Parts: sequence; structure tokens; C-alpha cells
Amino acid sequence: MKRLVSIIATVALAAQGFAGEVMVKGSDTMLNLTQRLAEAFSNAQPDVTVSITGGGSGVGINAITNGEVDIANASRSIKSKEIATARANGVNPVEIVIAIDGLSVVVNSENPVKGLTLEQVGRIYRGEVKNWSEIGGPNRKVSLYGRQPSSGTFVFFRDEVVKAEYSAAMRQMNGSSQIVEAVKADAGGIGYVGLGYLKDATGVRAVPLSKDGQEFVSPQDEAKVKAGRYPLTRPLFQYTSGKPKGDAKAFIEFELSPAGQKIVEEEGFLPVTSDYQAKNRAILQ
Amino acid sequence: MNQQTCSGSCATGAIPRKRFAGNIGFVVLAVPLFGFIAFVLYLVFYLFQQGIGVLSWRFLTQPPTAGMTEGGILPCIVGTATVTFISLLFSVPVGIGSGIYLAEYAPNNFLTRLIRSSVRSLAGVPSIVYGLFGVALFVSAMKLGMSVLASGLTLGLVNLPWIITTSEEAMTAIPGSFREGALALGSTKWESIRRNVLPYAFPGILTGVLLAVARTVGETAPILFTGVTYYARQLPTSLSSKFMALPYHLFALATQHDQVAKTRPIAFGTALVLLVFVLAFDTLAFVLRMRVARTNTWQV
Amino acid sequence: MNLRKTVDRSVKSAFMVNAVLSAGVLLGILVFLGLLGARLFRDVSPVRFFFDTVWNPDAYGEPRYGLVPLLVGSVVTTLLALVVAVPVGIAGAVFISERMKGWGRVALKTVVELFAGFPSVVLGFFGLVVLAPFISRLFNVPSGLNLLNAGVLLALMALPTIISVSDDALRVVPQSYREAAYALGATPWQTAMKVVLPAAKSGILAGTMLGFGRAVGETMAVLMVAGNAPIIPKSLFDPVRTITATIAVELGETPFNTSHFFALFALGLVLFVIALATNLIAESLIRREKRSFTL
Repeated sequence: MKRLVSIIATVALAAQGFAGEVMVKGSDTMLNLTQRLAEAFSNAQPDVTVSITGGGSGVGINAITNGEVDIANASRSIKSKEIATARANGVNPVEIVIAIDGLSVVVNSENPVKGLTLEQVGRIYRGEVKNWSEIGGPNRKVSLYGRQPSSGTFVFFRDEVVKAEYSAAMRQMNGSSQIVEAVKADAGGIGYVGLGYLKDATGVRAVPLSKDGQEFVSPQDEAKVKAGRYPLTRPLFQYTSGKPKGDAKAFIEFELSPAGQKIVEEEGFLPVTSDYQAKNRAILQ
Repeated sequence: MNQQTCSGSCATGAIPRKRFAGNIGFVVLAVPLFGFIAFVLYLVFYLFQQGIGVLSWRFLTQPPTAGMTEGGILPCIVGTATVTFISLLFSVPVGIGSGIYLAEYAPNNFLTRLIRSSVRSLAGVPSIVYGLFGVALFVSAMKLGMSVLASGLTLGLVNLPWIITTSEEAMTAIPGSFREGALALGSTKWESIRRNVLPYAFPGILTGVLLAVARTVGETAPILFTGVTYYARQLPTSLSSKFMALPYHLFALATQHDQVAKTRPIAFGTALVLLVFVLAFDTLAFVLRMRVARTNTWQV
Repeated sequence: MNLRKTVDRSVKSAFMVNAVLSAGVLLGILVFLGLLGARLFRDVSPVRFFFDTVWNPDAYGEPRYGLVPLLVGSVVTTLLALVVAVPVGIAGAVFISERMKGWGRVALKTVVELFAGFPSVVLGFFGLVVLAPFISRLFNVPSGLNLLNAGVLLALMALPTIISVSDDALRVVPQSYREAAYALGATPWQTAMKVVLPAAKSGILAGTMLGFGRAVGETMAVLMVAGNAPIIPKSLFDPVRTITATIAVELGETPFNTSHFFALFALGLVLFVIALATNLIAESLIRREKRSFTL
């Protein structure tokens, strides 16, 4: 039986790379954005199949390390430990930015809180604030919703805002859209999601955030976000093994083209800024 | 010994009041059971009601479009069918072979008891453990990567115990006289099995396979890390392709897609299609089993 | 003739090897899980794994691989499910076995068995979109993704197993037991409750154990509705994380051959041992019941 299976395995390996197949995996924040880009790309180039899976930035980076995929979606930058693991596996990760996100803190639309400082949000997510009345809201218990450890958003938010462990009572949802749904149903709920998930959301609102307590910026205020005044702006990355080649390169170039960046904006995210554009161009040369 | 089922009307000499009290007792027992059944029927009806609006020929034959908020679920149906087929390619020959051994050849010794016990235990192993095993063995050690082949083999392991058990039962149900007649006429043991047992056991074996299919199409945990994907424009073209699948599509739409309002009906449609497949195979198996019971004149 | 004999002998050997290998998968799973899981203990002491009350492999500080919150999560949701499923299941089985006959019994058993094959992801979906808001409204709690929701879904999944196996256990009780009771003037109810049910108690206990095994190994439904916070729940409305959900969530993100990866296999091993133990105990209980009827 083992012989039979190894024969099948050889056939399978031989069959790899038959059709033009680009495999993308990773960030849940970027999942739907990339899916729409893939759809548009396949309409333009029907002989190439782009397959997308989510699971979180950690899943994507893991997959590129194992050589399983062509592109890893990540909403956080790759850690040095991960670079080392990848290099040990013969994979040299190369970073491209395909969009900019303003990570948003969402509350139920009934929640009147006008704005929060990053420090306040940190306290809330560390479990130190248990009732909304403690920070000028209504008398209601705070319900924490977040992502799972595989999520780049989870990691980014923890490193930038919480700066410690999350409260153990935070419910770990399976995806950003589940966070939106949960906060929508829970008057005391709070969650964090990428900009793209606010696009058509009802029943929740994004809270204006401030770094210093002086200027509160809403993530949906495009001008201010583009000007860099929103405290939780972050690039959305794609990693490839070495410089992108072949079909993967074609797909990335599509994502960065005007048509692709238009889709990025339609999805609620922000187009790549000029400094990242320059870096991307250098890599894609 | 003939086991006649006899209850209720067989009781003689019971005082009417005692019987009445007894009947109330049975009614009390039946209430939760019927409550459960009613809930199941409500569940199926609810899914039907929410999902039927989306169902159409287009839904079943088109890929998803417009960011998966429109279009259909063709790649999911094809993916599920493909991976299930691959799993059967592996588990049916191996399973029937093991069933034949257990039913026809196995001596009544410790090894046989161990094999039977192992097979039964395998049926009770959680499907996520099969997923772990599949990642360790097929994806990593055998370097198949995340592919429809790795998922198919993992699912094959999942349904192998079911096929072994039902095959063995189907063959044990054939009376010994069938074999003895052939042996008396000079055939070898294998020939007697091949000609005089297997053809008659075949419907029973097929029933087992149909039931296994019904349960395999709904399995998500074994395919999660061995090859399923959220979106792939094309259908799987090779053994190493990723694939979409009905149960994972439902899970992904429910938890990861960002436009809940638009995709909720599609999610219900996917759930309904999955349910219809499961019920269809279960019904086929049931009908087959009933036909077999009726035409097998050797069964008392 | 010699060719036929050779074929006959080799076919027998082939089938035997086939059967041994099939059963050997069980050993294979144990070996893989055991070897990979044991490698965790090169970096993390077994004591810490089995007794630490925090599971946080991606911690801000030092990663912690504590089994306790996950094991408690799995066991508590399963026990909650059994609290409902066992009485309903046994009652239903007694009804089907002792009161129903003919087509009624076949119909009931078919419906129950149909539900046994219900895809768990569909049930999880139902729990997410219908049960969660319902629980939230009914009990006035902020979220319906909690222990209670998971317990209800697991009860639904364990019921068909409990009913089926208990019914088998009751049917195995020899008819002579019932006839003796009737001869003494007992009603069917009295017979069922005082004679048949106690006689079948080992088999019924086996059904409960198999229901436990089914529920503790369930992944998708709990993944979608349990809230997935790796804490030890203090109320029915707290979120909870099971061993199965943990593996399902984290396996994708761990690079091969890291501590986290081995920890997940260690979790898988614990789960496997629990499922195996419940299955073996159930099997021996069923054998014990059958033996008790042969004098």
C-alpha cells in the first residue's frame, strides 16, 4: 500500500505547476480584498487561477515558509524570528505593500462614546476597564471581541495598542466579519477590524482615535488618514519567496496597477502611498 | 431462537389502571424524543426556507462572482465531489478487502479480536485528529503538500472504518450454505467468495459506501489543513490543486466574508445543497437496504 | 488446479495484510501523535503542560502551553451536553425499544439515524445565526457565543448515538425476561422500567460513553459558537475554548517542527487517548451486557 501511495505522490508532484496557478494565503483582513482582485485578474487573464485562503497572517507567513504558497497575505510585518525560520527552509521572504489600512476600533452604534485615546483602548483590552461608564459611556459592561493569535491584526493591535496580554475574557472570533456581527448584536461590545470591514457595515460605528488626547481622527476621514494623522495606519503586505516571478508577479503587478488600486479603494482600503510604491517598483524590476 | 418483538398487546391480565399509568409513563418518555425529532424537522425546514430562494440551476453551475456575493457554488460542488471520490478510491478497495478478511478468513483468535477492536476504535477517533495525522503524514512527511490528493487520502482514512464494518456485516449476512454449496462443487475458498458471496453481499456493501459518502461530504476538519481553499476561480485541474468544498464554504461565508448581508442567503443555499446531498445519499442507502431486505428470501 | 490454489492462498494473504494494515492505522496515528507530541517535552516540562492554567502560545511575553483551560473547556461542554442528551436519549430508546413495533419503530429509528449524519458545520451555522441571538435575547446576556450554545449543539449531536446504542442494548435483553414479567402480571411499563432497563444498564452506560466520545471530539460546531476564549468558564454564558477548536484554529499558523506545532500534537494525543479510552470502555460494557445474558 505504501508503494502505491508513493507512486501517486510522484504523479502528483509531476502534475504540480501544470495550470497557471497562483496560491495566496494568509490575512483575514486582506481576504476579501485579495479575492476581488483575484476575480478581476482572472477576468483579464483567464488561464491563470488564483486561489485564496484566509486563516490569518500567521497562517500565510507559515505557508510561505513551508513553500506551500506563492504569496502570503499579511496585515503585519514579518517578524525576525519568522525570517530566520524561512531562511533556514531555503525561503527568502520579499516584502511588497499592496494597500494601506486604517485599523478601526468599532463599537455598537448605540454606544455614544465620542472618541478614545489609544491608551484608553489599551486599558479596555487589558481588561482594566470593565464598564463603559468608567470612560464616559453608558452604564453597561464592556464585552471584548478580538481575533485569534494567528491573525496579523491580533498581533498588530496587541503590539501597538494593548502593549501587554489581552484580557483572557476577550472572545476570539474566527474572522473580522464575525467581530462586526458580534459588536452589532451587543450594545456593550467593542472590536477591532480593518477598514474594509466597515464598508457596508450597519449597526456598528468606528470610534475616532487619538494618540495624544488632542486630535481625534475617524478612520473613515479619508483626507486625514491619507495625511497620516490616524494613529493606527498600517501597510498591508504580501510576501513572496524571493523576488516575484511568473504568474505571481503578473498578479502582484495587477494589484498595484491603477485598476487594482481602484479595487483597493472600492473595498474601503487606501491605495499604496508613494514611498511604498517606490519600494515596490524596486523589487518588481 | 426466534426473537419476536412483543410489547403492549402481549401483556395479559394487567389491571386497566396499571396499564393506563404505564401508558402515561411511555408518553412521558416519548415527549422529549418527539421534541428532539420536531426540532430536527424544524431545523431542516428552516434551512430549506432560508436557502431555497437562492437555489437555481445557475446557482449550481456557476462559480462565485462579484466578490462571492453573487453567482453560484459550482467549484464547491465539484471540489467536494472530487475529494470524496478520491477518498473512496482508497477506502473502498481497502475497506472491502478488510471486510472480506474479517468475514471469511479471520480465525477466532486474539489478532482478529484486536483488528476488530482497532477498526471500531478508529470509527470513534475525532475527525480533527485525522486532520492532524493527515498534515503530519500526507502534507509533510510524504510531501504531497496541501492538495486535493492529501485531503482525499485523509478523508479516505476517515471513512475506511465505516466501510470495513458495513462490508463485514453485509458478508456475514449471507448464509453459510452459499459458500458450502460452491465448495462442495470443488471451488477454492476465494472462488466461492467471489462467485457465491460477493455478488449477493454487493447491495449491502453498496449501502455502506453510500452511507459513508453521506457522512464524508459534510466533513470539514480533515480537509481544513490538507487542501481546502477559500476561493479558487478554476476547478481543480490536478491532484496537487487546492479545491473549494461545500462545508468549508459555509464556514468561511459565515465567519470570514465581509459582506454578511449579501452572502447570508448564499450561505443558507450552500447549507441546503450540502444537506440535500447528505439526505439524498442517506435515502438511497435506505431504499437499497429496504429492497435488499425484501428480496433476500434467505433472511428470516 | 495448482494455479487456482496459489491464487487462493495469495488472496488470503493479501486480504490479511490489508486488514492488519487497516487496523494498523490506529497504531500509526498513536505513533505519529506520540512522537510529535513528545517532542514538546524537550522545551516544556510535562508538568507545565498538564497543569498550567494558561494556554497562550503566541504570548506577548513567554509562551505558555497549559492544557487545563482547554481540557476543562472540552469536558465541561461535553458534560453539559450529556446532562440533556442522556435522559432524553435513554427515555427515547426505552420508548422505541419497548413500546414501538413494526413500521413505527423503523420510522423513528430512521429519523434518528438520519440526524446522526448531519454535517456539524451546518449545525454550527444554525447555532451562529439563530441560537446565538436567541440565547442573547432570552437570557439578556451580551453574547450568545458561549458554553450554553456549544452545549446545546453537542447535545443534539450526541443524542442519535445515545439513542441508537441504548436501543441496541435494550433489544439484546432476551425476550424471556419480558415474558417472565408479563407472566407475573406486570404491565409493559413496569416490565420496561423494572426488568429490561436494569438488565441493559451496562449497554446503556456504553451508549452514554460513546455519546461522550462523540461530543468531546466535535470540532466545527463548537468552533463557530463557543466564543473561543481560552479561560475556565465560571458561568453558562462565559465563552470557552475546547481542545478540538484550539487545534483547528492554530494548526494552520504554526510552522512545522516548532514548539507550538508539537504542542498541538500533544493536544491531539490527549484527545485521541480520551476518545480511545471511552471507546474501549464502552466496548467492554457492551460485551459485559451480552455476557450477562448467557448463563
